[in-house]
Amino acid sequence: MAPPAKMGSIDRPGTEKYQRSDSGVAKKKKGKYSKDKKLNANLKKLDNQYKEALRSAAGTDLLLTEETGFLEADSPMEKTFKFQQQDIEQVLDEQTVNKKFELNLPKLGPYQIDYSRNGRDLLLGGIKGHVASIDWRKGAMNCELFLNETVHAVKYLHNNQYFAVAQKKYTFIYDNQGTELHRLKQHIDSTLLDFLPYHFLLVTAGNTGFIKFHDVSTGNLVSELRTKLGPTQALKQNPWNAVMHAGHSNGTVSLWAPNMSTPLAKMLSARGPVTDIAIDREGKYMVVSGADKSLKVWDLRKFKELDNYYTPTPAKSLDISDTGLLSVSWGPHITVWKDIFKTKQSDPYMNHLIPSSKVERAKFVPFEDILGVGHSKGFSSLVIPGAGEANYDALELNPYESVKQRQQGEVRALMNKLSPDTISLDPNVIGTVDKRANSIRLKPGQIGEITEGSEENKMEIKPEVKGKNSSLRKHLRKKTQNVIDQRKLRIERNLKMEKEARQKKYKQDRGIPEEKDLLGPALSRFK
Amino acid sequence: MKIKTISRSADQYVPVRNTQESSLPRNLNPALHPFERAREYTKAVTATKLERMFAQPFIGQLGDGHRDGVYCIAKNFGTTNQVASGSGDGIIKYWDMTSRQETVTFKAHYGLVTGLSVTPGKTHMLSCGDDKYIKLWSVNYNEFDAGFGEEDVYDKKSQGLVKTFLGEHAFKGLDHHFNEDIFVTGGLSIQLWDMNRSKYVSDLSWGADNINTVKFNKTETNIIASAGSDNSIVLYDIRTNTAIQKVVTNLRTNCISWNPMEAFNFASGSDDHNAYLWDMRNLNKSLNVYKDHVAGIMDIDFSPTGEELVTGSYDKTIRIFRSREGHSRDIYHTKRMQRIFCVKYTTDARYILSGSDDTNVRIWRANSSDRAGIKSSRQRAKMEYDNALKERFKHMPEIKRISRHRHVPIVIKKANEIKRVELESLKKRQENDRKHSRAGSKPYVPERQKHIRGTAIKEDK
Repeated sequence: MAPPAKMGSIDRPGTEKYQRSDSGVAKKKKGKYSKDKKLNANLKKLDNQYKEALRSAAGTDLLLTEETGFLEADSPMEKTFKFQQQDIEQVLDEQTVNKKFELNLPKLGPYQIDYSRNGRDLLLGGIKGHVASIDWRKGAMNCELFLNETVHAVKYLHNNQYFAVAQKKYTFIYDNQGTELHRLKQHIDSTLLDFLPYHFLLVTAGNTGFIKFHDVSTGNLVSELRTKLGPTQALKQNPWNAVMHAGHSNGTVSLWAPNMSTPLAKMLSARGPVTDIAIDREGKYMVVSGADKSLKVWDLRKFKELDNYYTPTPAKSLDISDTGLLSVSWGPHITVWKDIFKTKQSDPYMNHLIPSSKVERAKFVPFEDILGVGHSKGFSSLVIPGAGEANYDALELNPYESVKQRQQGEVRALMNKLSPDTISLDPNVIGTVDKRANSIRLKPGQIGEITEGSEENKMEIKPEVKGKNSSLRKHLRKKTQNVIDQRKLRIERNLKMEKEARQKKYKQDRGIPEEKDLLGPALSRFK
Repeated sequence: MKIKTISRSADQYVPVRNTQESSLPRNLNPALHPFERAREYTKAVTATKLERMFAQPFIGQLGDGHRDGVYCIAKNFGTTNQVASGSGDGIIKYWDMTSRQETVTFKAHYGLVTGLSVTPGKTHMLSCGDDKYIKLWSVNYNEFDAGFGEEDVYDKKSQGLVKTFLGEHAFKGLDHHFNEDIFVTGGLSIQLWDMNRSKYVSDLSWGADNINTVKFNKTETNIIASAGSDNSIVLYDIRTNTAIQKVVTNLRTNCISWNPMEAFNFASGSDDHNAYLWDMRNLNKSLNVYKDHVAGIMDIDFSPTGEELVTGSYDKTIRIFRSREGHSRDIYHTKRMQRIFCVKYTTDARYILSGSDDTNVRIWRANSSDRAGIKSSRQRAKMEYDNALKERFKHMPEIKRISRHRHVPIVIKKANEIKRVELESLKKRQENDRKHSRAGSKPYVPERQKHIRGTAIKEDK
C-alpha cells in the first residue's frame, strides 16, 4: 500500500475508487471544453469541484476503521476449501463464534430465508406455513406465524417492520408483530418475491408468468408485465439499476423495467430451465445457474458471457456478497467462490456440507462475514471470512440503528422515493444531456405517440386489395363470361390499376428504380 | 491458516448512555450509494417545490404609510434598519424598520417632495421639493417637543429644521456625497452644493433642459450620473467640474443606480420598459439589457452585493434581476399596490422597500422563500445542500418549470402577450425590409445598442 499522503495534497492516492464512470462533466479537448467563454469557465469550475470531491473523499479513507476479513492458507499445499467450519471455529474470536447458530426445525421445512436490509433481522419461511422474524444477534423472536398454508417466499420490505409472504394463492404483508396488514389480491400464485428499496416496489413473479410491480408506499399496482415464457423460475433485482432479472424455463434470462411491456434484454444462458440468478451490488456481473448443471458468469455492461462453470447437481440458490464472493448451493452442499469475476477459478474458496439435507436458500448477511442457509432441516449460519462490507455507511444502512434513527430514515427514504418510470439500464441517465440532434430527440408529448405506434402504417398508402371472394371477383367468375357489360369493364379496369399500383409499390420497397416513361407525361396516358 | 473476520464491538457504535450521540460512520465508496444521481435529482425536485411553497415575498408595510403617493425613499448607509421616505404632499418621514414605525415626521415642502437623501456622519434628512427649497432635517427625536402630535405635523413646521437652502428653480432629484458635505441637485440645471454655503457652488448643466435624476457614485465618490429629459445620461466628475461623457438614448431614462461593487458600472431604468447596464468607460453599448416589464421603469436599485437589481415599474410590479442575466428571477405584486415610484434594497440586502402611488411603503423579502429567524447548523447545512442541488439540476425541465412558475396579474400577462406579438411583427417587418434591400444596407443592430442614439464625445478606437 502506498503511504498515505498529507491532507490537502493534490495527488492523494486512492481516488480511483471514488471515480464515477460518467462524472457529468464534459470531456476536455485540447485544453478547452467549448468555444463559449462563459460555458468554459463554468465547466472548468465543475471539473475542479469534481476533482476536489474525489480528493476529499480519498482523504476519508483514514476514517474507515474496520478491516475486511480474510482466510488464507499458510502454504501452497494447504487449500482454503479444505477448512471445515469446525476448524475455523477453533481459531475465531468469541464474538464471531456467537454469530454462528443453528435452528433445528425438521417439521415445517424446507426454509426460505431473508435478511433485512441492514442485516439485523432474519426472516424464515418454512414451506409448510411456518414464518418467523428473528433479531438473530440478540436471539430475540419478533414474531412467529403458523399459517397452515404453503409459503413460497418471504421478503422484508424497506426495514424490519414489514414483510411480505408469498402464500398458496395470494401474497400477504405482515407487520413486525405478525399482524396481517394486506392481502394483495392482484398477486395470485406468486412464488418469487423481491423488493426495490429505493422505489418502494414489491415485485412478484410466479406460476402465472406475470411480473408485477406493487408500490408499497401508495398501495397501487404500478405495472404487470406478461413474460409469455411460462412460470418464472427465478427473480432477482439488479441493485445498481433496479432492473428485474427473471429466469425462465427455456433457459433465458430476461430483464424487465416497470415502464416497458417488453423485456429490456434477453440472454440465453442455460440449456434447461434457469434455477437461480445472482447479481453483484454494482450491477456489473450476473451469475446464472441452470438445471443443466451450468453456472455462467455474465458481464452485464457488455451482455457477454465471461466464464462458465458447472455444478455436480443443479444449483438451487445463488448469492453474491458485497465483496464479490459467490455462494452456490447444490443439494446438501454449499460452495463459496472468490474472485470469480476477475479470472476463471480452478478451486472454490470454501466448501460446506449439511448432511442429509437439501439447501433451499443461502444468503449473505449484509455487513457481516456470515452466510445464512435455509435448508430442509431448519436454518444454519456459516462463517465466511471476507464476505461482508466492513465499513458501513450509517446514513445509508445502519446495522446499529436506534428506533428513532430507523423512523427518521424511513421518512427520509419515503421523501426521496424514486419514480418507477425512471428505472432503466443506465441509472445515471437522469440529469444528463441528450446529445442526439434536436430532430431525433423526443419531445415530452411524443412518447405517447410512439407507444401507441402504427401511426406510420396508417399514413402509408396501400393499394386496395380485395379478398379472394369479393363481390367483384365473384362477378368476374360468373359463368356468363362472354357477357361484357359496363360493370365488368369497370371492374377489370380497376383491378388492373390496383395490380399496377401493387407492383409499383413492390418495386419501390425493393429500391428498384422506376422505368423511365419513354413517351413522356403528355402521351403516356394514351398507353 | 490465517483468518480474520469482521467483529465490530458494539460499544463503539451504540451509545452507552441515551444522552450520547450515536456514532454515524460514513463510507463514501460509490458502490454503497446506488442511484446517486436519481436520488439527488429527486431531492432537488423536492427542494424546488419546498422553495416555491415557502415563497412569501410580502412582509408588511411601514407604519400607516403616507397620506399621498410615496415618491422617494432614501437609505441610511450607516445602518441597516433606518430609511427615509417622502410623499406627494410634502411630508417626509424617517422610519425605524425593526419596529416598522416612524420615528419622526415633518411637513417639509409645499407640493411634491422630489428628492431625499440621508446625510452620512451626523444623520440628517436632506430634502428638496417643487417649492424651490432644499431643507436639512434632524432625525434625533429626543430634541423635539414630546407633546407634538401626529396631526400637528401638518400645520406646525418649525420643529426639527436645521437648515434651509433657497434655489432658483424647482428641484428634481437630490443626492448626497458618500462622505463629504457636498450634495447635488437636479431640475432645470444640475447644481453642486456645499452644506456650509447657502448658495450652490457650481452649475454642471450640459444641454438638457431638465434633469430628472442625479446620483453620486458611492464608491468612486467624485462621479455623478444624471438623466435628463432630452433622453440623455450624462456623467460628471466633480474634481474637474466637467462632464465626462453623454449618451443619448431613444427614450427617457427615469432612474440610475451605481453598482456598489463594480464602481464603473451603473444601471438605468428607461421608459422603453427595459433596464440597461452600462460601463461608464464605454457608453457606445450597454453591457446588459434587462427585459420583462410591460411599462416604464420608475426606479432601479442595485443590491449591496452588486449581484442583483430590483426595479419598480409603472405596471405596478417589482421585478428582481440577476445582474448577469437578462430576465427577471422574480416578480412581486399585490392587488392593492399601485404604480411604483421608488424601490430600494436595504443595506443588508435581505429586504426590498417599495413606495407606490397607494401611499404605502412596503417591505418585501429579497429572496421570497428566505426566513429571517436564526437557523441551527443542521438547518443551514440542509439549506446549503438544497441550494447546491437546485443549482446543479436547474436546467432539468421539471425543475425549471416549477422554479419559474409565478402567478402574474392578468393585466400584465395580457400586456406581455401583446408586447410579444408587437415585437415579433416588428422584427418580421425589419427582416422583410432587409431581404428586399441592398445587401448590407440594413445591418443588424445588436440588442445592446438598439436603444442608443449616440455619444457626445467620440472616442478613438
